[in-house]
Amino acid sequence: MTELLRQCFAIQGRNFDKAGEISSEIKVILRDLGIEAAYTRRVVIVAFEAEMNVVMYAQSGTLTFIVTEDAINLIIDDVGPGIPDINLALQEGYSTASDEMREMGFGFGMGLPNMKKNSDEFRVESVVGKGTTVYATVRHHENA
Amino acid sequence: MTLHEISGILQCEVLNGEDQLFIDIQTVVASDGMSEILAFAKSDELMITGLTNIQSIRTADIAGVSAVLYCRGKRPDENVIEFAKRKNIPVLVTKMVMFDICGILYARGLKGVS
Repeated sequence: MTELLRQCFAIQGRNFDKAGEISSEIKVILRDLGIEAAYTRRVVIVAFEAEMNVVMYAQSGTLTFIVTEDAINLIIDDVGPGIPDINLALQEGYSTASDEMREMGFGFGMGLPNMKKNSDEFRVESVVGKGTTVYATVRHHENA
Repeated sequence: MTLHEISGILQCEVLNGEDQLFIDIQTVVASDGMSEILAFAKSDELMITGLTNIQSIRTADIAGVSAVLYCRGKRPDENVIEFAKRKNIPVLVTKMVMFDICGILYARGLKGVS
């Protein structure tokens, strides 16, 4: 599928002040491209939750954002602790968050489920002690 | 119900968006968990939260809510209000607790999202 746009953003682990800036930027890019609001919303929710996860858990990461004619793909790759049990992490309510993360309003075990819910294709790969990669594809839905 | 009416009923102080109080609100999403807001908001809601950091405004922007109402008298820092101004999101604060706010607004016909 022809790529219309590809952009790669660096995410800094533990930098809570900047957490979410990339997702805000993606929202502006999609709006400028004339992408429909409900479609944009699903993409930026996936991006924002992913960005927060990298900031909260990993040392660093990248978010690659690819717009094609029929979908928007997000690849979030981090250097971090990894996820020992991905199926467990995908369960709503399961969380390994610290009090600090919860004070930020995150870490209630809804991040990954939210990302999955807003994606049409969603895959997590992780190596404990090395890092995690999330692949999400979001497509336009009529009447979404 | 307009933001102006909500502001009056809940005795709010308007920290941003005095010029946007005409906005009509039909639904409400209320939580201190930002992922919960993201999971349930469908856009154009009033978002009620006790979380006053910058992530609350980021979440409001990403979720596409119409306005943010901080409860329990918690005031955000100036940089958070500045950020809300940049994102054009009205911000109100009330001394009431979340339970009371939700009860009052529900009794007046506003609905939650699920």
